[in-house]
This record gives sequence, C-alpha cells and structure tokens, in this order.
Amino acid sequence: MKAIVTVMLKTGVLDPQGKAIGHALNNLGFAQVGEVRMGKIIELELTETDTAKAKAEAEEMARKLLANTVIESFKVEIAA
Amino acid sequence: MQAAILLFPGINRERDMILAVRQSFGREPAIVWHKETELPTGTDLVILPGGFSFGDYLRCGAMAAQSPIMRAVKAHAEKGGYVLGVCNGFQIITEAGLLPGALLRNAGLRFLSMDTMLKVERNDTVFTSKWAKGAEFRAPMAHGDGNYTADEATLDRLEGEGLVAFRYSDLNRNGSARSIAGILSPNLRVLGLMPHPENLVDPLMGGTDGKPLFDSLAAA
Repeated sequence: MKAIVTVMLKTGVLDPQGKAIGHALNNLGFAQVGEVRMGKIIELELTETDTAKAKAEAEEMARKLLANTVIESFKVEIAA
Repeated sequence: MQAAILLFPGINRERDMILAVRQSFGREPAIVWHKETELPTGTDLVILPGGFSFGDYLRCGAMAAQSPIMRAVKAHAEKGGYVLGVCNGFQIITEAGLLPGALLRNAGLRFLSMDTMLKVERNDTVFTSKWAKGAEFRAPMAHGDGNYTADEATLDRLEGEGLVAFRYSDLNRNGSARSIAGILSPNLRVLGLMPHPENLVDPLMGGTDGKPLFDSLAAA
C-alpha cells in the first residue's frame, strides 16, 4: 500500500522559494500567477494492507520525521 | 570543562571546533561518532559543530536529530548538562526539540558566506561571561538556512525570559525573526547560534572575536 505524504510550509511562514518561483513565472509572462507556495511530496511503500492503519502509520512518520510541525503542515493520502 | 564534539556524516567544522576548545580549555575534546549511544563519562559540554549533516536531506538537521547519540544528548541536557550547537549544530538541536523554533531558508535565498556583527544580549551565562553586556563582535557566517523563525508567542516568551543570546547588530541578512542569531534554553545551559565564533579564535585566523565564547565556557 502506498502512502503519499505532502509537506507544506504552514500558512504565514515565509516561503522564499515559492516567492522566487512566482517572480520567475511572472517574468516569463504568466501575469495571472499570484502567490506560489512550494512543498514536497514523499511516497512511502508500506507493508500494511489496512487503509486506516496505513494512514495512521504514515501520519506518525510525518510527525516524527517527515515534517517539522513547528513550520510545516502535512497531509497523508493512501493510494491503492 | 570536558567537551565532547559530535560527528555526523557531512559535518565539516569539527576541526575548527577542536582547535577552539583545545586552545581555551587546555584539554582535548572527545570526538563522538553519531552512532554511539552514550557520551564519554565526565562529559560536561556537548558540541554540535557546523556542516551539512546527511547532505541537508529532507531539512537541515532533520536526519542528524534522529541519530542514536541524540538520545544521550537529550538526557545530558535534561540533567542540566551544557550543549552548544553552531550553524548546522543549531539546526540539529532545534530539530531535536532542545531549543524552540526552526531555521528556514535565508530570506534572500542566497547562501551567505561573510562576516556579520553580533550583539551580546546578556553576559550572565556560562557561554557569554567574558563579554560585556551589549558588546558587539564579528563572527563569520556560512549558511543557506539561517532564517530563525518561531511563532509570535514563542518569540515573545524568548524575549520576555531573556533567552535571546545574540542578535545580528549590523544587518539581518538572513531575515531572522527579531534579528535573532542565537538562543538559550530556559536553564541557560543550551545555546544554539548560526554564526561561527570558533572561526575567529586566533590572530592567524584574522581575529579573536569569537574566543570569549570558549573562554567563558572554560571558566564555568
């Protein structure tokens, strides 16, 4: 079972990389782009076959290592 | 003062730290590999030097904070032992929860390798007793992620309890909240800072501005 963990900087935490990407897109002529936020996606191959348990496991991993909850929030999705 | 300097893969400032400790303490620090589970008996001070532990993968300091030796470092800190984290070492101890907040990418996105000026916010700690309160000194910095951040309540608490050790006093180049360059634990025994006092401890290095940090510890 695959868990997909998305880690993003919390709202309000300065995201200079997102800002730089936004500027670059504006410079390329994409004037319609407003705020840009950048995060990361971590895919985990898990042995667990129960969706709820797999989600709980991945969430624990996110809390302990994958995200720094001082500055980041995370979301776990289970892909079949 | 017996120091133990931790070594994680990717750390590169440990020799600078050994030199600074040897000179001020008059004795050799122990070098402790991250896979060890115990600190050498008699360790008073644990030092986490700068570098790029584990290639800064995931987040700066995130992997090192989970290393086996960190359990012993947390126990050492809980017993009131001294801990000094510089640069990547600061990032590691925030990731390990020994100090609050986190270090984000520099606000200007550039890696900063230059001297900065620091102001000593208080001199009644084991780390700063050899400076005058309010003294300013030069310190080299070399980091891509030195932008200190914490929520407003934490920042207010740090300020209110006098736990800001050093502040950038010329320019706040990395965008740190309230120009914070270094912070202390509530018992004043854990210090983390981004710039490198250990790189200015001998006239041959171009100055001795950082030496009071190690002389202060030696006198503790």
